[in-house]
Amino acid sequence: MTSHDVTTGAVTWPDQLYDLLKRANITQFAYVPDAGHRVLIDRSLADPDVHSVALTTEEEGVALLAGADLGGARGVLLIQSSGAGNCINMLSLNKGGKFPLLMLISMRGEFGEGNPWQFPMGQATQPVLEAMGTIVLRAEAPAEVIPTVEAALTMVFQSGETVAVLLTQRLIGAKKFA
Amino acid sequence: MARPKKLQVNPMPETVLDRRDVIPLLIENPHDFLVVAGLAGSAQELTAITNDGPNVYALAGAMGAAVSMGIGLALAQPKRRVLCVTGDGELLMNLGALATAALMNPPNLTIICVDNGHYGETGNQDSHTGFGVNLAKIAEGSGIPAVLTINTMDDLPEGSRLVRQGNGLAFILLRVKEGKPLNTGRLMNPAVGRTRFRQHALGHV
Repeated sequence: MTSHDVTTGAVTWPDQLYDLLKRANITQFAYVPDAGHRVLIDRSLADPDVHSVALTTEEEGVALLAGADLGGARGVLLIQSSGAGNCINMLSLNKGGKFPLLMLISMRGEFGEGNPWQFPMGQATQPVLEAMGTIVLRAEAPAEVIPTVEAALTMVFQSGETVAVLLTQRLIGAKKFA
Repeated sequence: MARPKKLQVNPMPETVLDRRDVIPLLIENPHDFLVVAGLAGSAQELTAITNDGPNVYALAGAMGAAVSMGIGLALAQPKRRVLCVTGDGELLMNLGALATAALMNPPNLTIICVDNGHYGETGNQDSHTGFGVNLAKIAEGSGIPAVLTINTMDDLPEGSRLVRQGNGLAFILLRVKEGKPLNTGRLMNPAVGRTRFRQHALGHV
């Protein structure tokens, strides 16, 4: 499996990632709209077999997916690094209640960032998540995405952990500012 | 200098209902539902009226989680009726969850906000609703299709109908006097509560 189409050079890992999440029986896709997660969000919106849940703030998604777990369903939370900060107290559910949680976090405020407002939370994302008991994995290159999320799925839904996979700015590219 | 002032734009009648009387009457048989109960009074009350039932996930933290957990549970269990019972302070911490509930519109979810206008757990300070913020109007503005305010016993039959026979997402603002909830003690271990609830709802852990 490659992460780019060999003839067109197009990025293919986002579609492969959606297919992987579907194979893992993820049925609730919760997100705050974000360009970094565009393919996953759009495919969940077009998929009649999953719930596509737009949130007003990221911590809603932590609680939503704990509720899903109470009802025997699996979900994924798609957020930006700035939104990781909005989740912190709500992650008490996961650390204290042993609710499994998979977060995919598109990173800002790191490699090549041109917006100074993004640095405080971007640089703090990994340490504050780890302080709340979340295991943090990083995907730096296209070929790392699928194996990293496969590992995270096992850690979350087999072992009951809370895992954040950081889709790094080296992977997704820095947004351009004039 | 600025300080919170009683709102003049949302006149509401004086509260007359005692939560210890009216919550059991509104919910009737709580074992018919899967229940998420928001922290403090709601969690204590739902634990008490179910005799610590496994169908209640009672929060003692994660303030602002209750409505969102109810949405996730209702989407996961579309054939079960789901109640989210929470207080005004807990709901005020995440008002956006009402907007999300309206967009997702799970027909098997009823949200009951027990509004005593105070933070009962932290010293009974006035909450924003105590100053006149109307959560039913916020629910209506969010687009929740059925919204009811219960001020007196006369409003109860319509509330019971919504809880038991409602055919769509509903929000009930249950306005009660200050005062202690029913409290018989409750499970304080969130992981044990999760296991117990899943065993009950799913038949496995």
